[in-house]
Amino acid sequence: MSETARAAKKSIPEPELMSAGHTACQGCAATLSMRYALKGLGSETILVIPACCWTVLAGASKRTSLSVPVLHAPFAGAAATACGVKHGLVSRGDDSTTVVAWAGDGGTFDIGLQSLSGAADRNEDILYVCYDNEAYMNTGIQRSGGTPRGAWTMTTPEGADRPKKDLDAIVEAHHPRYFATATPAFAEDLVRKFKKAREVKGFRFIRILSPCPPGWKYDPEATVRYSRLAVQTGLFPLYEVEDGNFRLNRALTPRRPVSEYLAGQGRYRGLSADSVARIQAEIDARCAGLEKR
Amino acid sequence: MPRLAEDPMFTPATLRADRPQRENLTGDWRSLRPGIDASRCTGCLLCWKFCPEACVDASSRVPVIDFAYCKGCGICAAECPPKCIELAREAEEDACAKS
Amino acid sequence: MRKVLTGNQAAAWAAALASVDVVAAYPITPATQVCETLAELQASGHYKGRYVKVESEHSAMSALLGAASAGARTFTATSSQGLAYMHEMLHWVSGARLPIVMVDVNRALAAPWNLWSDQSDSLSQRDTGWLQFYCASNQEVLDTTLMAFKISERLRLPSMVIMDGFTLSHTYEPVDVPGAEEVARFLPPWREPSALDPKRPAAYGALALPKEFTRLRRRLENDMQRALETILEISSEFEEAFGRSYGLIEPYRVGDAEALLFCAGAAASTMQEAVDALRARGKAAGGVRLRVARPFPTYSVRALSRPGVPWAVVDRAFSPGSGGVFRQELEAALYPLSRHPSVRGYIAGLGGADVTVELLSEIWEDAVLDRKDSTEAWMEDAR
Repeated sequence: MSETARAAKKSIPEPELMSAGHTACQGCAATLSMRYALKGLGSETILVIPACCWTVLAGASKRTSLSVPVLHAPFAGAAATACGVKHGLVSRGDDSTTVVAWAGDGGTFDIGLQSLSGAADRNEDILYVCYDNEAYMNTGIQRSGGTPRGAWTMTTPEGADRPKKDLDAIVEAHHPRYFATATPAFAEDLVRKFKKAREVKGFRFIRILSPCPPGWKYDPEATVRYSRLAVQTGLFPLYEVEDGNFRLNRALTPRRPVSEYLAGQGRYRGLSADSVARIQAEIDARCAGLEKR
Repeated sequence: MPRLAEDPMFTPATLRADRPQRENLTGDWRSLRPGIDASRCTGCLLCWKFCPEACVDASSRVPVIDFAYCKGCGICAAECPPKCIELAREAEEDACAKS
Repeated sequence: MRKVLTGNQAAAWAAALASVDVVAAYPITPATQVCETLAELQASGHYKGRYVKVESEHSAMSALLGAASAGARTFTATSSQGLAYMHEMLHWVSGARLPIVMVDVNRALAAPWNLWSDQSDSLSQRDTGWLQFYCASNQEVLDTTLMAFKISERLRLPSMVIMDGFTLSHTYEPVDVPGAEEVARFLPPWREPSALDPKRPAAYGALALPKEFTRLRRRLENDMQRALETILEISSEFEEAFGRSYGLIEPYRVGDAEALLFCAGAAASTMQEAVDALRARGKAAGGVRLRVARPFPTYSVRALSRPGVPWAVVDRAFSPGSGGVFRQELEAALYPLSRHPSVRGYIAGLGGADVTVELLSEIWEDAVLDRKDSTEAWMEDAR
């Protein structure tokens, strides 16, 4: 094996806690996200999964694609259920297991927001992960609070007319011990953030941008490319905040034009040149703000 | 009309992990079959890293794709730096065959 | 030790004595005092478990779903809108077969806003797979809560211990509070072999296919039915340990009665007074208190039923469009009897309306006539 091979192979841990045979769509970034997250977290982990794509991917009936315990929970209560698990474990003398709420954008930005806010506010000792594919994908692509302006969904046939909810700001306003963004194209960065989150006590939050081939309407082979372009265009900056200390993980300048990211995604097919310019201006303003932070 | 047999009591709605989802062979979803050109493969293992099915075996010099599970998403081919993975149209009847 | 306690305080003491591991609760009138008393008991060292002060009732029950799945003994208290807000979680935790114990302080559901007692909150949750115990005194609240943990843990079904808002929740009564060692002997720690554990990866509550789903539901129903026997077994264990005994129903002077009053909750104490008052006037009155409403004690009420002796059901909750809830349940229970007596419904005591001796006497006098019209009577607030 060549030196580059060894280096790449070692760039993320080898053990697989997510097995093949899961029922995700072809090219699903939510499975890549889970695969990497568990590499970072290790087997001493319990997942709480509310209604989302992963409800199905984790396995129906007598099968499971995950080698860690999974507690399924109703849509609105992922964070509260996860804190309950943590308190239950601690009361039984287990203070070390990492309890993770693993929810989609619908379960986080929308129906689960109150429960998330409560858990963050109480500084519960859990890691909350939102894998954000920017719409209700499990129910067949309806707009969520995570859907960006201009994106087509089944319930925004003309393109969403409202900007994506700034969930990161909402979560940060709760003073979490640890906050990070991540996306599968930067697998090493993602794994590192989960390793770090595992070591922090108190409330931690990671939002993963998770491209979705059927929902975003692109060919499955482009999942990693869109994940990478989202970062390279500054649309999805990689950063982390530890106890209020902000750190950009990747420079935002220079960056690629957002049109490269939008092109080829069927959900943006209806965007006018003006809309693209507006999205570019929004990104430029946000990046300028983050660079000064 | 069939009636339910008396089942033992106290069975919680708990599913054991002893029947992994691995039993679910997803290879028959595939319409495109990735093939690695061993002569051009540099062994960088990006195909292993980016496989959403976790079905690339990276233990040998040239990675081996497990076609019992590969859904043919094509990410490996798209991400391969030397572009040594080609996607070929799958013949339907042997889609589930192990490589 | 004898203490003077409100119903709410009695419930909190019971949770502390039961060595609960995790409480998750959210305040709501008139159950707030349960949350407050538990905080006091934690501060004074009587409650040694963990206390999650959640941001909603939905999260309270979600947290208990998590904690109980991890093997913890769990408790919460709520009322009215709070119970309604928990609704989806109530189904979830019974389906997950978790022995969670909750106190519900009866209060009417809005709109319009109402703070006072009726049974519409708990009875609108009667199909959620929870055992339901309706208490008639603060002592019974404490005793039933203790028993509920043992019953729930044996059956793997959650329990709702119910008391009247204000009438019990805020009224001081002398309550015999047993010692911690005595309670520990009666109620040993819960050991859940299939609790969440990273050493034993498993999926809990994953998508079940129709055949498996039907079987799980069948087991739930079987265990619900078995609960009638289990409740009586554990009641006798409780009686052995503490000297107080409780049944599924509580008959009062029914032997030669010409009509039977039937109700649940604190109104049953008033019912006994009404029966006594009617008896003093030479009327052959009797009454039956329903203590366990889920599972419904069908065979116990059938055993008391006699042809030609009508039942007068005093309902503090109704299902709009089909009338008094307990009236319907009693009718359903008695109907298969070959010579079933008539069951007449009286809607009374809604939203805190008073259920007085006079009102109950009037109801009995009407019922004993055994008129064959089936309309349900709506009774005005006596005040």
